[in-house]
Amino acid sequence: MDFGPHLMLASLEGAVISAILVLTAMGLSLVFGVMRVVNVAHGEFFMLGAVLAWVVSTTLGGHPAIGFIGALIVAPVLVGCIAAGVDRFVLKRVNYDADRTIVATIGVLYIIQQSTLMLYGPEARPVQPPFNTRLSLPWFEFGENGFAMIWPWGLSITSYKLFVIFAAAAVLVALWLLLTRTRIGLIMRATQQDSDTAQAFGVPVGKVYSWVFGLGAGLAALGAVLVVPIQQAHYLMGGDPLLLAFIVVIIGGLGSLPGTVIAALLIGMSDGIISVFFSPTLAKIIATFLVAMVLVFRPQGLLGRAET
Amino acid sequence: MTQPTKKPTKMNRRKALIGLGASTGALAAGGAFPGAERFAHAQSAAPIKIGFQKHATGIGAAYGRWYGATTDAAVKRINENGGINGRPVEIVVEDDATDPGRGAEVLEKFATQHEVDVAFGTLFSHVVIGSAPRAGELKLPYFVVSEGHHVASGMLNRYTLQPCITDVKSQVISMAPFVAENLGKKVTMIYPDFAFGHDHRDFFSEAIEAQGGEVVAKIAIPPTETTFTRYFPNIPRETEVIYHVMVGPAVLTFVKELGEFFGPNRPELFGFIDSLEAVDIQSPGLEFLEGSYFWEGMPRHAQAGDTEAQKAYRAAVGCNERGASVEDPANVSTYAHMFGCWETLNVIKAGMEAADYQGPADRPKLIEAVEAMSAIPASEDHPQGDKLFNGKTHQVFAQQHISKVTDGTLVVEHSTSIEDGMYEDEVDYTTQTF
Repeated sequence: MDFGPHLMLASLEGAVISAILVLTAMGLSLVFGVMRVVNVAHGEFFMLGAVLAWVVSTTLGGHPAIGFIGALIVAPVLVGCIAAGVDRFVLKRVNYDADRTIVATIGVLYIIQQSTLMLYGPEARPVQPPFNTRLSLPWFEFGENGFAMIWPWGLSITSYKLFVIFAAAAVLVALWLLLTRTRIGLIMRATQQDSDTAQAFGVPVGKVYSWVFGLGAGLAALGAVLVVPIQQAHYLMGGDPLLLAFIVVIIGGLGSLPGTVIAALLIGMSDGIISVFFSPTLAKIIATFLVAMVLVFRPQGLLGRAET
Repeated sequence: MTQPTKKPTKMNRRKALIGLGASTGALAAGGAFPGAERFAHAQSAAPIKIGFQKHATGIGAAYGRWYGATTDAAVKRINENGGINGRPVEIVVEDDATDPGRGAEVLEKFATQHEVDVAFGTLFSHVVIGSAPRAGELKLPYFVVSEGHHVASGMLNRYTLQPCITDVKSQVISMAPFVAENLGKKVTMIYPDFAFGHDHRDFFSEAIEAQGGEVVAKIAIPPTETTFTRYFPNIPRETEVIYHVMVGPAVLTFVKELGEFFGPNRPELFGFIDSLEAVDIQSPGLEFLEGSYFWEGMPRHAQAGDTEAQKAYRAAVGCNERGASVEDPANVSTYAHMFGCWETLNVIKAGMEAADYQGPADRPKLIEAVEAMSAIPASEDHPQGDKLFNGKTHQVFAQQHISKVTDGTLVVEHSTSIEDGMYEDEVDYTTQTF
């Protein structure tokens, strides 16, 4: 494949990866920002979202769009409720202690993963996309006859992949509006800045924590519902998103939402482009190396605030 | 000791159990249980224990499920026909998580904890390669159903045998002429990046060059990969044929993305059915496979010329005409591979009977008996077809099939002969000591 079309294909693939990654990492970052909890079970909430998407879409039947829309509503809400339950019954009991929450969420990770294995089984199952048309993309070049439009072999995207990119962008905008323009957002930001003072002013910090933990997990589940028509639901699929989300959050700055968006774009696009031109393994190596460099030279992340 | 000793006045639980056990034994010996008399003539009526190393979880789970179903069906049939040497067969299942390290641990468990007579049933080549050395150390006969060339290449040991499924080297040698003559000579290979895929890469490259063709690109994909579009731009434009073989939970995604990448103008496709095992060929998004070719060890879809033995086998393993579960047509089997479990169990039976196998002390005799096998004719024990076993390399050779997708059904287009897939011996395991 020529360089130009090749790069365009790589960028499109990268954009899809970024779109999913930004939702997953956003959940992780939000939870850390507000609650100061490092949620190791985040990837399993992602997996749970994908598995529930399969359950909902096969239960509803009919046109794929019905199942997909059903999954889009049910899976994130259900996963959010499960996560809120985890907050109430696990995290609250260990007083949100930094070390103990890590151990507790590792436990939650295994409980969710093994329960899924027992109930859902080890198979990878597909969910049908609501629509999926292959769109060939043109490429422009100066040939013998001057400026010409060509249709290179393999340069294409599907309508569903485009939808994923736009859907993720829409969710991001909604999340930003929620955090900056609503009362709920104000309460969350107050809790993030100083939970003791917020409590003194009558903010129900306990409830806010449950909501935030649920919202974070719900975002991961939403990302998974979007990705499951491209990939397939499998009980071990939570590992990669967790690793990538951590990389993104560390590079972007823990708790910094704009930093998370920038880092997700950076990692997603570089993953797409490097894996297309070189190898996917190299892309992972570079991302991990980048984390090490950020930790050495800018421990607070790109947009994170240094602790005083 | 001041405590007075208790006198047992009533029958306690242990005694009750002993009594119950004794009476059960007496009833069984007397033939009071239906079916029990079939095994009564054996010197020992204890069951023959076969350890089944199952890919119940991990990337091989779909195969594991169907290897399990086939094994159960085969054991049921063997037991209904009187077991082995008059003894019933019992399968001991352990999950190896499709992981080489875990595989070796499972064999250890079989030998020391379950005390099985033989181990059997592994498919994934990296698990076989990880487990076989332990089988040799434990002196546990290890019958694999794996396709890998590792058995015949001589890298394993005398305790590891592959008596019922042809290895990749033989498969590709027999099929390269068909690819070169009918599909094209410039081939791009896409294969998983571990031993099994490397067998394909090395032996097909050699075989197609022998036919005057060439491999223009080799694309290795990690077996745990979940998205594939990013690998496809490396397919050179001059490619005439794409040779694909993928395994793992993401095979459906792989084939779908391959279709999306090419759109309407695809090169010829020649795939190993591995890329679609346990996947319905009529899944949405796979329409582009119409007119493409697949290797099959045993045809998934019922063919016009199926023998009675093949029909009986299809019914016994619970598959319908399309190779899916009779109970749940959405549950598609790994039909092209799983016959290997059925046939291997029958080879174990034949070997044990020839060796008059009594217990673990007779394991070397069992291996010698299997090594002595040569022509294995098609029968209900061997529904896939005639086979030729090479006792020196511990590898079997059989007919292979190339099927064309025609109206969403795999129709056999060409069948190779056993001789098409023969190659020179690379090892003589019979010279190794036990």
